[in-house]
Amino acid sequence: MWRYAWRFYICYWGVPRLSDHLIRGGRVTDPSQGIDEIMDVMVRDGRIECIAKDIKDIKEVKEIDARGLIVCPGLIDMHVHLREPGREDEETIASGTEAAARGGFTSIACMANTKPVVDTATVVKMIKEKARDVGWVNVWPVGAMTKGLEGKELVEMGDMLKSGACAFSDDGRGVMDAEVMRRVLEYAKMFDIPMIVHAEDRNLSKKGQMNEGYYSTLLGLRPIPAEAEETMVARDILLARLTGARVHFTHVSTGGSVELIRRAKKACSNLTCDVTPHHLVLTDADLIDYNTDLKVNPPLRSKDDVKALITGLKDGTIDAIASDHAPHAPQEKECEFEYAAFGMIGLETTVSLMLTHIVGKNILSIGRLIEKMSVNPAHILKMDTHGSGSLKEGSSADITFIDTKAEVKVDRTKMASLSRNTPFNGWRLTGKAVLTMVNGNIVSGDALEKEAVKA
Amino acid sequence: MKKVSETKTKLKSKDLLGIRELEKDEIELILDTALSFKEVSKRTIKKVPALRGRTIVNLFLEPSTRTRTSFELAGKRLSADTVNFSAKSSALAKGESLKDTAETLEAMNADLVVMRHSASGSSHFLARTTHLSVVNAGDGSHEHPTQALLDLFTIQEKVGSLEGLKIAIVGDISHSRVARSNILAMNKMGAEVKVVGPPTLLPAEIEMMGAQVDYDLDDSIEWADVLYMLRIQLERQEESLFPSIREYAALFGLNKERIMRAKKDVLIMHPGPMNRGVEIASDVADLPQTLITEQVANGVAVRMAVLYLLLGGAEIV
Repeated sequence: MWRYAWRFYICYWGVPRLSDHLIRGGRVTDPSQGIDEIMDVMVRDGRIECIAKDIKDIKEVKEIDARGLIVCPGLIDMHVHLREPGREDEETIASGTEAAARGGFTSIACMANTKPVVDTATVVKMIKEKARDVGWVNVWPVGAMTKGLEGKELVEMGDMLKSGACAFSDDGRGVMDAEVMRRVLEYAKMFDIPMIVHAEDRNLSKKGQMNEGYYSTLLGLRPIPAEAEETMVARDILLARLTGARVHFTHVSTGGSVELIRRAKKACSNLTCDVTPHHLVLTDADLIDYNTDLKVNPPLRSKDDVKALITGLKDGTIDAIASDHAPHAPQEKECEFEYAAFGMIGLETTVSLMLTHIVGKNILSIGRLIEKMSVNPAHILKMDTHGSGSLKEGSSADITFIDTKAEVKVDRTKMASLSRNTPFNGWRLTGKAVLTMVNGNIVSGDALEKEAVKA
Repeated sequence: MKKVSETKTKLKSKDLLGIRELEKDEIELILDTALSFKEVSKRTIKKVPALRGRTIVNLFLEPSTRTRTSFELAGKRLSADTVNFSAKSSALAKGESLKDTAETLEAMNADLVVMRHSASGSSHFLARTTHLSVVNAGDGSHEHPTQALLDLFTIQEKVGSLEGLKIAIVGDISHSRVARSNILAMNKMGAEVKVVGPPTLLPAEIEMMGAQVDYDLDDSIEWADVLYMLRIQLERQEESLFPSIREYAALFGLNKERIMRAKKDVLIMHPGPMNRGVEIASDVADLPQTLITEQVANGVAVRMAVLYLLLGGAEIV
């Protein structure tokens, strides 16, 4: 973030405040207030000062020409792996947040499976401090549900929350023991924060490599049945009912999971879920050449599952879209499929993918996409209490500018992420985030601003 | 009869990764070529200079005696220089990646790599990583194309054509690369394929690959023109895939009593090595219609054909 701030400092010496901006003529789309029209936005002191039509020129305040662009509450990625501490060769807080900024995200929640695991307040604080120093966007650590992600003992949730954790998750593994899970949920209830569930029965998915079906049979890869996810979704719906705790299922990938959650939501208000872009646009048939960049957990599913996910996205069963950005070193992907690591990066492709394949195919309107990528994640993670997920007057000026017509060719060699494991390399997409503003500072897309400055 | 102008003389790819990638006419080309090489193996001097000066590396990262020996003989009978890498002696045992091994072999100017590997898709990975020709000699539970080709050759030799032939493949289909390659190959050649085994050893949606499913061997005994018995791996018992060898042999073993009810001219096949008394009774293994030794003999000829066609050997024979 400071790289840019420094540039402003040189360029605009004498300007009252570095972060004051008048955003002119954009289509302001803020589902949290039901706004979707061409308006101006005044940003002062890192906050939204006002939204109105034709705000008159304010002397010496930089203007951003947003004509033709969508101006929306900063996007939030609820599911990111930053790899720091532990695997700084794959991603760091600096590189991961730069990737987020370039991808249009103003806040990210980072998962606990680092080395050491984020299971104490000390690690939470370390990440928060590092993010303040070198981060480009807001970072909200997700603490581990259990010590060492071992699924056995509770963590000090209270202490970790005080230090800045936003939720808890044993992502990547899940808690196998139902009794432990029950206690985790019960204990979490008093904090009213979501438990982010990676639903996987590891006895059923054991050593599995890809979705069970025709393609796993054809390719001779160990299958992971949809039921490995669905049995745990079912279990945790029941435990959420038992305990009354808030449960958020992350990266749901099967039609069965969507159906279980849809039915459960009718009776329980404490359930939410998200889906990844790759589970919406790819299927297990794409694995036909054993491309290890397509190896993810949960695995890419069948065409029918993708249809069910899209239905769930449309009817509101699925609340959010999250990338599950999972960077891996080249040697962990350039090897035999069986030995390759699970996961793909997504921060820099999610927005373009969703604009092309979800908005572009009339599955969601742009407003509903913003709901699922900003308003709802903010609400689920209670970031809205800090002013995220909305352009309401007084909230922090986290703003994403989207050009829905920009042509994009995904080029993994030009990404900010330290890792290259994306299966979307070379894809042609339409639409991208062209400018990202965090607390009133432009953290990505400064070119646009420089051209537009009139002050 | 095919017109001469339509007859293929080359394979499309530089690699043989699986039956899936082969067209029917490519399979026929390999089998026709194998027929002429079979004669070479019967000579006193079992050698032709077709691949003289070419280098073939046998990269066997999973224990195998018969397939490796068969490939080695095939290479040698074509006058190629063959080098063996095995799991224990290779750098891979010391943690070298397959990518680095491939680069090493390329730097040594090898021409073709024959690879056996425990991971499905590993030969696809190798073929992507290197310019060398790659022959898949078995990758995990995926494919074992030369086995299927030699099986086709053996059946054709006996009955002329596979068109309309009824073939039952019996045993552990889930973990079998032999089964997958054979289901694909036999379908391409017009045979009707059925897989028989306990549901715990049958993979999902196998029907879509072109195989009917049956859980009862006795149902299929009278139906089949060919009974293809697979080796049951005893470790599968520990994974709770079947309760005991005893029960497996009783339900899915090919014994004298079952053979009595089979077609008189039924062909019995097995990719080896056999577990006598488990999937195949000892006396059945030694019946005249059991083609196990023919399969082995034909293996050399078929592999000669594959090596020859991939390396585009000089006109000889």
